[in-house]
Amino acid sequence: MPTLTINGRSLSVDAANDTPLLWAIREQLQMTGTKFGCGAGLCGACTVHVNGEAVRSCQTMVGDVAGKKITTIEGLSAKGDHPLQKAWIAEQVPQCGYCQSGQIMQAASLLSKNPNPTKEEVVAHMDGNLCRCMTYSRIQKAIMRAASEMRTASTATERRPT
Amino acid sequence: MNKHVNNVVPEATDLSRRSFLVGTAATGLVLGYSGVPGISDALAAPSNFEPSVWYAISPDGLVTVTCGKADMGQHIASTMAQIVCEELGAKWSDMRVSLASNDPKFNDPVLGAQITGGSWSTMMNFDAMSRAGAAGRMALTEAAAAAMGVPASELVVRDSMIVHPKSKKQMSFADVVKSGKATKTFTPDELKAIKLKTPDQYTMIGVSVPQLDIPSKTNGTAKYGIDVMLPGMVYGAVVTPPVRFGATVTSVDDSGAKKVPGFIKAVTLDDKTGTTSGWVVAVAGTYANAKKAAQALKIAYDNGPNAKLSSQSLLDEAKRLQMLEDSGQFFVKDGDPNAALGSAAKVVEAEYTTSINIHAPLEPMNATAEFKGDILHIYSGNQFATRSGAIAAGAAGIDPKFVVMHQMWLGGGFGRRLDADMMIPAVQAAKAVGKPVKVIYSRENDMTMDFSRPLTYQKVKAGVDGDGKLIAISHDVVSAWPTARWGIPDFLTPSVDKKGPLDSFTVNGADFFYTVPNHYVRAIKNELAHNATPSGQLRSVAPGWTFWAVESMIDEIAAATGKDPAQFRISLLDGAGKNDGGAQRLRNTLLAAMGLSGYGTKQLPKDEGMGVACVSSQERATASWTACVAHVAVAPSGEVTVKKLTVATDVGTQVHPDNIRAQVEGAALWGLSLAMYEKATLKDGGIEQTNFDSYTPLRMSQTPEVAVAVIANGEKATGVGEPAVTVVAPAIGNAIFNASGARVRALPITAEAVKASMKA
Repeated sequence: MPTLTINGRSLSVDAANDTPLLWAIREQLQMTGTKFGCGAGLCGACTVHVNGEAVRSCQTMVGDVAGKKITTIEGLSAKGDHPLQKAWIAEQVPQCGYCQSGQIMQAASLLSKNPNPTKEEVVAHMDGNLCRCMTYSRIQKAIMRAASEMRTASTATERRPT
Repeated sequence: MNKHVNNVVPEATDLSRRSFLVGTAATGLVLGYSGVPGISDALAAPSNFEPSVWYAISPDGLVTVTCGKADMGQHIASTMAQIVCEELGAKWSDMRVSLASNDPKFNDPVLGAQITGGSWSTMMNFDAMSRAGAAGRMALTEAAAAAMGVPASELVVRDSMIVHPKSKKQMSFADVVKSGKATKTFTPDELKAIKLKTPDQYTMIGVSVPQLDIPSKTNGTAKYGIDVMLPGMVYGAVVTPPVRFGATVTSVDDSGAKKVPGFIKAVTLDDKTGTTSGWVVAVAGTYANAKKAAQALKIAYDNGPNAKLSSQSLLDEAKRLQMLEDSGQFFVKDGDPNAALGSAAKVVEAEYTTSINIHAPLEPMNATAEFKGDILHIYSGNQFATRSGAIAAGAAGIDPKFVVMHQMWLGGGFGRRLDADMMIPAVQAAKAVGKPVKVIYSRENDMTMDFSRPLTYQKVKAGVDGDGKLIAISHDVVSAWPTARWGIPDFLTPSVDKKGPLDSFTVNGADFFYTVPNHYVRAIKNELAHNATPSGQLRSVAPGWTFWAVESMIDEIAAATGKDPAQFRISLLDGAGKNDGGAQRLRNTLLAAMGLSGYGTKQLPKDEGMGVACVSSQERATASWTACVAHVAVAPSGEVTVKKLTVATDVGTQVHPDNIRAQVEGAALWGLSLAMYEKATLKDGGIEQTNFDSYTPLRMSQTPEVAVAVIANGEKATGVGEPAVTVVAPAIGNAIFNASGARVRALPITAEAVKASMKA
């Protein structure tokens, strides 16, 4: 039985190694925030982090992530208060909301590496994530808001010792 | 006896026995509708006008509004809570929402059924929710007055507090509910007599309060149909035939599937409701194994009567039908268009087409079915619980009164979830294996078995007199009839030539607000397409194609008579006769869109242009007045870049301004996506596009700036989810003409078509 390190916990799943990670997360672990959209890596609804990289969990097999650090929307922050989640609420981004876990996870992988993205960099990073409600402009605004908040927070942290 | 009243109480809010239900006690009600056939009875069931069903206040003061509408991202549950909250006088942070079951007491007070569509919800529920809220305030106030020993007329209600300013006494809603003294009930007449607030007294309506569902949609906790987990549940994967409709299964070899771990059974559907044809469900302990088993099944089909049909053959049939004089039925017949066209100084005629389009909400279709005692429980996000429950009953072979539909958040609806096909595999698999079954469509199932927007063909002729005045329009609309497929007579419309009912959801919008003395609109059913590509209602439905034709044709007439297309529209929107009122509002929104976009004020670079369109979507009686100016650039290759869309809309009353902007922007981008990026095709009876690589809705990189102007003229609230879908394609087509001289008449617009028209 493969063991997954997911959201800081070690959990064994009753799934063959060639089972898509998506279904192990949703069914075995009953974490349903990660969504099934296309099963082909074309929509981004199933995006999770593996060792900090955004991956499509429908295209990632359970056997390939043993020993790696997996993060889902449920583990992005302790209280749903990651700057992106707060920005998503502030900008009132979601409509149906189904794609938004994937959008947030995709965006989080951008901001962890690039705290000050340009609009073009945001679009290039996010273009693989479909939103059928077409909330794209609010997604962009929320990413910019979160990036700004994260920069302010880190500046504040840096200044504190002085 | 159906006891599903128990299921409407949200589990998260533990309503004690002392919970306060405004009005009469909620008791179990028998579902008063019958199964398939005879589903029309469902809609004849008396709708419950008691506000009591719409919300409850618990002893901790939380107000939980039960939303009878499907929430697919339009935040209608939150909107219903907002309307209740206004009259009730509650604090917004005390408001909660829950989703209704299919008990008829939650039926729409105007429609008499549980159906969500048509951009109808706010306009049709505003009054009932307002009165429910006001009744609650009155009941609470009366009880508080008695407890405080002061006259009720001296009490002020605000932010969930009932205050007596003179004595400084006060009670919270929670205090009153805990006292158990609020028991006032209202008869329908008493409800009707309640004097509601006037708009100048509003403190909630018109405020962009935080949507109640949004936090749960940022942390993964919102539960959609696909997220339902039941004890002992197993999974079903669907295998669908190569043709969209008409196939039958001739044999199933499950020897390969039997080697898949956890495989339970392959169930061939026996669908007496006629919703599906030739489907098999592979059931296994996990979805991944159900998929594997599905892939291992060897199924032989008789592909049936539609196996040779293609998009081209459907279009050819549409053209043949349009040529016949006795085809179809008249939706509009004013004056004598044929005579006027015969005597016109100039006749402009054109054919307009739209392709098959797929809803493709991001949550693939799914349903979970569980037989528990006498009751069939269905868990699925659905837009038409009244009908879908009856279809589920039909699939189970039981009376619909034994079906409980558990509503979930919808991962996109767009009209797709008006249909009930997903109920059938879930129900029949659950019955066959004796366990709860969750059926999830693959994206490929979802796309190829969509109840699609039908392929449409429209022929429009316009006649202009010697003075350049538009005197006649004839307009033939040929398509599959999505709403006729439901088999519910109430949803059809009598034809003006008394040739029997027609599906007005194929021609709405063609009855425009321009003054044209001789005007006919003919609705022609394309039976071949109707059978081969069972169609559905796709966001905005008919106005998504009728305005493509009308608003392109108005531009073509303007060009043929040397007039500015915007000024030409303004002159036609003179408000004469039956168009009085609507025409003026539409003209006003057109002027607003022109003003906001700078139409006619700037010298655009060569190869750029602006185009206008204005629409009265969705229906004449329920119109939101919407106009668009599209700004495009057209390359010599025919490649079109949409630089900006400016949309103005008159919605009467704004309940939630920010949500209106979100809906209008989303709708406009849907319009863009349908105009430029989405095309499905039929070949050998099957839909060719199977996933988001071949069916390609708009992505972030293709999204232009959208400027939205919302006009609230103080009339009743109208809908905002759909109208802006319909105005964009013609505005883009007209902008392309303005930029390049190329006239495109087929959706989606392709660079090839633009280039070909430039040369011509």
